[in-house]
Amino acid sequence: MLQGISLACVRGDRELFKDINFSLEAGGLMQVRGPNGSGKTSLLRMLCGLSNPAAGEILWSGTSIRSLSGDYFAVMTYIGHLSGTKDDLTVIENLRISSALAGFEINDAQASEALEYMGLGGREALPVKVLSQGQRRRVALARLLVCKTALWILDEPLVALDVMAVKLIQELLEQHLKQDGMVVMTTHQEIDLMAASTTQLHLA
Amino acid sequence: MFMWIIKRDLLLAIRRQSDVLTTLFFFIIVVSLFPLSVGPEMNMLRTMAPGVVWVAALLASMLSLGRMFSNDYLDGTLEQMLLSPQSLSLLVLGKALAHWLVTGVPLVLMAPVLGIQYDLPVEALFVLTTALLLGTPVLSLIGAIGAALTLGLRGGGVLVSLLVLPLYIPVLIFGAGAVEANMAGVGFDAHLSLIGAFLLVSLVFAPWAAASSLRVSLE
Repeated sequence: MLQGISLACVRGDRELFKDINFSLEAGGLMQVRGPNGSGKTSLLRMLCGLSNPAAGEILWSGTSIRSLSGDYFAVMTYIGHLSGTKDDLTVIENLRISSALAGFEINDAQASEALEYMGLGGREALPVKVLSQGQRRRVALARLLVCKTALWILDEPLVALDVMAVKLIQELLEQHLKQDGMVVMTTHQEIDLMAASTTQLHLA
Repeated sequence: MFMWIIKRDLLLAIRRQSDVLTTLFFFIIVVSLFPLSVGPEMNMLRTMAPGVVWVAALLASMLSLGRMFSNDYLDGTLEQMLLSPQSLSLLVLGKALAHWLVTGVPLVLMAPVLGIQYDLPVEALFVLTTALLLGTPVLSLIGAIGAALTLGLRGGGVLVSLLVLPLYIPVLIFGAGAVEANMAGVGFDAHLSLIGAFLLVSLVFAPWAAASSLRVSLE
C-alpha cells in the first residue's frame, strides 16, 4: 500500500539519509528509529506529503502521493510534534474543527465520546490553554478516534503522556492495526505492539 | 469545510477581541489626526479626505496581516490545513474572507462617521463607503499572498509591507479617485467598476497564489 523507493533527504548541504526503501502493507506497522537529528521527522513529513523528497518517490497503492494529493490526504492522518490545537478554543471545539478540516464532520456527542475515551471527560468546555502538556497531546490524539483513515503517521505520539495514556494509545494502535490499518511512527519509548507485520527502519 | 474555517477564525477573533480592536482604533486615530493637525480649513479637508481614509485603511489592514497565518503556523494547525483533503485554495479563501470580516468590515462601517470630520457631502460619503466595501476584500486577498510568502521569516512584518503595499496601489488610486470624481461632479461608476474588477481577479488568483506560497513556506 505505502511504498518508499530510494528516498533521500537533504537539509542545507548535509545529506540526512539516502536510499531508504520500504513497503508497508495493510495491517502493517513501521517504526522509524534513529538518534536525534537523523531525519525521522523529515522522513515522516515526506511521507505525509508536507515536503518533497530530494530523490526517490513515495507511492500509495502504486500511485505517487504527489499526483494523488487530496485523495491521499483523505486516507491519511498525521499527528506531528505540534499539537495542532488552538489555545483560545475549547477542547471540544478543537476536536470538532480539526476533524472537520480533515474531512470528518462530527457532532458534539461523537466528540464527547472520543474525549471521554481519551480521559478528558468533564474537561470538554475548558480552553486548551489551561491544559497540561500531556492533556494537549490527548486532545491531538483524540483525532485518531474520529477520523477513520487507513494510514496513521505519528511523530512521537507518546511524548508527555502518562503510563495510563500510553496504554490507551497502545490499545488504540493495536485495534487500528487489527482492522487492516497502517501505522508509521517514531518513538524513543519502548512500546510493544501486536501487528501482522512490523518493520523497523533505522536511520543512521 | 469552507464554513468551518470561517467559523473557526471568527470564534478566535471573538475570544481575542484586542486584535480586532487594535486595527479599528488604529484606523480611527490615524484618520482623526489629520483634521486636528491640518486645522479647520474645510476645502483642504474635503480634498484630502479620500486619500487619507484610504491610506489609513491600507495601513490598518496591513497591521493584522502578520497574524493571518503565523499563529496557525506556530501551533501546527496550518500543517493540518495543508493535509486537508479539501483544496487548500478554498481554505485560504476562507481565511482571507474571515480576515476581511474581522478587519475590513469594521473599517467600512466606521468610514462614513469619520468622513464627517472632513466635511464630506452625503453623496461623497456614500461613494467612499461603497468603494471601501469593494476595495477592502481586495486588501485581505492580496495581503494573504504576502502573509503566506513571509511566513516564518525573521522580520517578516517589514517584508510583508514592502511586498504588499505596491500591490495595493491600484486599489488606492481608484478608491480615492472614485470619491474625488464624485465631488468634482464627474461620474464615479468607472472607478467602482475597476475596483470590482480587481476584486474578481484577486478572488480567483490570490487564494491560489497564497496556497502555493504556503506549501513552499512549510516545506
